[in-house]
Amino acid sequence: MILVWLIAIPLTGGLLAWLLDRGDDRLPRWVSLAAIAIDFVLALVLWMQYPEKANVLPGGAWFVEVRSAWIPGLGIGFHLAMDGLSLLLVMLTAFLGIMSVACSWTEIRERVGFFHFNLMWTLAGIMGVFLALDLFLFYFFWELMLVPMYFLIALWGHENRIYAAVKFFIFTQLSGLLMLAAILGLYFAHARETGVYTFDYLELLGTSMDPAKAMALMLGFLVAFLVKLPAFPLHTWLPDAHTEAPTAGSVILAGLLLKTGAYGLLRFAVPLFPQAALDFSPVAMALAVAGILYGAVLAFAQKDLKRLVAYTSVSHMGFVLLGVFAWNELALQGAVIQMVCHGVSTGALFILAGALQERIHSRDLGLMGGLWSAAPRMGAVGMFFGLASLGLPGLGNFIGEFLVLFGAYKVSVVMTVIATTGLVIATAYSLWMVQRVFFGARREEPRPSDLGVREMAMMAFMMAVIVWIGLYPRMVLSTSEGALNTLRQSAGVSAPSERMSHTAMPGANDDGK
Amino acid sequence: MTANDFGFLAPLLAIGIAPVVIMLAVAVRRSYVLSCGLALGGIVAAFLALFAVPQGMPHRVTSLLIFDNYALLYMGLIFASTFAVTLLASEYLAARKGDLEEFYVLLLLACLGSSLLVVSNHFGAFFIGIEILSISLYALIGYTRNGLSIEAGVKYLVLAAASSGIFLFGIALLYGETGTMEFPLLAARTAAQGTNGLILTAGLALVVAGIGFKLAVAPFHMWTADVYEGAPAPVTAFVATVSKGAVFALLLRFFAIVDINAHHSLFAAVAVIAVLSMFAGNLLALLQNNVKRILAYSSIAHLGYLLVAFLASGAMRVTAVSFYLVAYFITTLGAFGVVTVLSGKERDADDIEDYRGLFTRRPWTALIFSAMLLSLAGIPLTAGFIGKFYVIAAGAGSALWLLVVMLVLNSAIGLYYYLRLMVVMYVSPGEEKVAVTLPLSVTGYLVLAVLVILLVWLGIYPAPVIELIRSMTAGI
Repeated sequence: MILVWLIAIPLTGGLLAWLLDRGDDRLPRWVSLAAIAIDFVLALVLWMQYPEKANVLPGGAWFVEVRSAWIPGLGIGFHLAMDGLSLLLVMLTAFLGIMSVACSWTEIRERVGFFHFNLMWTLAGIMGVFLALDLFLFYFFWELMLVPMYFLIALWGHENRIYAAVKFFIFTQLSGLLMLAAILGLYFAHARETGVYTFDYLELLGTSMDPAKAMALMLGFLVAFLVKLPAFPLHTWLPDAHTEAPTAGSVILAGLLLKTGAYGLLRFAVPLFPQAALDFSPVAMALAVAGILYGAVLAFAQKDLKRLVAYTSVSHMGFVLLGVFAWNELALQGAVIQMVCHGVSTGALFILAGALQERIHSRDLGLMGGLWSAAPRMGAVGMFFGLASLGLPGLGNFIGEFLVLFGAYKVSVVMTVIATTGLVIATAYSLWMVQRVFFGARREEPRPSDLGVREMAMMAFMMAVIVWIGLYPRMVLSTSEGALNTLRQSAGVSAPSERMSHTAMPGANDDGK
Repeated sequence: MTANDFGFLAPLLAIGIAPVVIMLAVAVRRSYVLSCGLALGGIVAAFLALFAVPQGMPHRVTSLLIFDNYALLYMGLIFASTFAVTLLASEYLAARKGDLEEFYVLLLLACLGSSLLVVSNHFGAFFIGIEILSISLYALIGYTRNGLSIEAGVKYLVLAAASSGIFLFGIALLYGETGTMEFPLLAARTAAQGTNGLILTAGLALVVAGIGFKLAVAPFHMWTADVYEGAPAPVTAFVATVSKGAVFALLLRFFAIVDINAHHSLFAAVAVIAVLSMFAGNLLALLQNNVKRILAYSSIAHLGYLLVAFLASGAMRVTAVSFYLVAYFITTLGAFGVVTVLSGKERDADDIEDYRGLFTRRPWTALIFSAMLLSLAGIPLTAGFIGKFYVIAAGAGSALWLLVVMLVLNSAIGLYYYLRLMVVMYVSPGEEKVAVTLPLSVTGYLVLAVLVILLVWLGIYPAPVIELIRSMTAGI
């Protein structure tokens, strides 16, 4: 039941926040904060209970599970389940949820209740995506989170918000519908094989079909996930949406929405169609590398601070894609760490950008500079997350990117080498960004105030997470380990310790199926 | 005819007697409230009569009509929708001048014609039904007698009359070839003749073209936007839902008997119609600034989606079409219901500017309209989502991948104008806001509330309705 609560609490909190919006702005804020904080506590409690040696979980056994009939006539069930991977992402969702409520505390002043309603419902949808094990239910949540997100951008965004919101919505909807078609294709293929009509993930795993069809269906899934991720060249909605969204929207977009794409790859696209994914992996890895470089280069060329951070997301999520399609233990572990750390660090950068915009009413890098003396705390925090973003050893992002590269190296040396140059560019744009914002010539404008207590508290938590994962990643690694091994098994890699090269030995993974 | 036959005919009789009673009442004394009440009473009586039909279905009454669960399901849907339209119209019309009582006579006649369609088993009944429906609609569309409304009525008259001619010619060809107008016999004889008969195919094609006019699918959609725009909003709701739904129900029944898969050219033609409708509807809707016209084009596209499920084969087909129609009825009634309750005395609230800042002025109305638009766009938690899912599932189940992909593409195009409408409602109103404060329409909002509840209920827990539809359509 606790899984249902994880979703129901933000839904109810959002409704309450909206209904209680009667004059006093603070009530909706506190209600939402309470709701998402309860979720976070629930997730933490689950984490405490999580078996330490998680890979003892046998395949198919879930840490927590809820299952009941929903639309039995079509084989649709209400099936939620959590393993280590879901657990980590649920924690991330609740954590960034708290941050996004907190960062909107002074920024959002209009229609506060409706804002928090949308915020909470987006978060609930994302929770649902990370927990759903019925493909219909998954699609349901996948779509559910879009509408409130659309409203967040379209109503509280910046200058060009409508364009960005519509673009975001159409990109994700179209790709989502292609995924729906692929889900249905799988559903009927499974029914033809077994006579059982079901959308249940566990039953659909291992459905056999001819390679061409498997490839077509996998591409249907892949399009949806790569748009969300986003992978080059499907990323064009992202800079607009991230830039125009209000701070909380950017945090959720970059921190969580992008992770749903990565999660979808890990949970669905590869395990459901292992052979097709294996065949496709050279292309996917090439796209990943292209994204890493392209995002990094474009980030370097931006004048708008939020747009810069948005392009770094394209680059960093390229590492996740690379890790997923390298599909060995190290690379997958790295991808998960990268997902968590990128969520936190990019979220923090967006919060900083939002704080700056609140103060100097601009995101134009040309108008910034010399802010360190006026706002040293902000400068220090900005420096910290800039360094995290470039992958400084000792911080979480380094672990993620390092593990991904390490894992990918076994699969393709060339790709790995090219991807590594992305790190170099990352160093350049991160430092350049910090330089442009905080150092250099002083602005003559009134001095912006420094970060307040609320903002510093948020930043402290986020920095703590990054440092903690950077110095002691084992707790995250051991949480996701079992889940990732199970995924690898279901995709046909039998022994967890087996670290086969995909492209070097095609067909190496066929034996386990 | 036996007493038993009359038991089956009771719903039709109730809906047929009610307008006569209203006419007589009007002849004695004009009372708007009375005629409105009588209309509602007639519909309720007809609806209740559905539950009292005797045992022994499917039952044929003469060779013209057939009563089975399928017919009962659609009659229920038609009666419920007409009930909603009546309630919506009651306050909308009360704000207008002129003789209003006859409106309900016409509305019930149109309802009778639609009901006749879903029970017909014979081209004779089919034609009578479609003519009763059309003739009532000419007058209903022009009922408010302002310029646009008259124009719309005449347009509908001309095109519907032409389509009836085409349709009749098609029937004549079919009759000439097979010697029967009864659906089952016709099916048996066409099957015996094989599919090569040119006249047979031509006949079927002409019938489909005639039906295409009624359904407003491309390329027979030209009248739709003008008629939707000109007709009074409640009548538009009726045209968009009941009149199309009834014709579609009949189409479904006819081609369940006559196997469309056996007529390859016809199958291809319908597939082309489906694709054309989707694109024409969605692309033209992008260009509109009038809410009624947007909804008109969107309904063209929705009929295109529906045709995808119609072309599917297997058990899912009838359920998918029926569920989609239920969802479409709820959504469309709701959308035009919102237009109705927002309309003032002078004109309908159909300019997109009328909706600017609606969320600030009337938050609940804006939310209801948003729910309807989201359902039209097929977003979760609404009936439209399950409906679209079902249609795509039916298409995918029959491996109609090309059509499914077209549907998916069009859904994305469609999103654009639904979102545009929604955004307009949520942006802050401009300074030159006219603030026409309308009296709150009690019955109108009652209908809308019920529709929204149904919409969300079907979106979250559709299982009971799906089961109901399945059991009711099992015989088809």
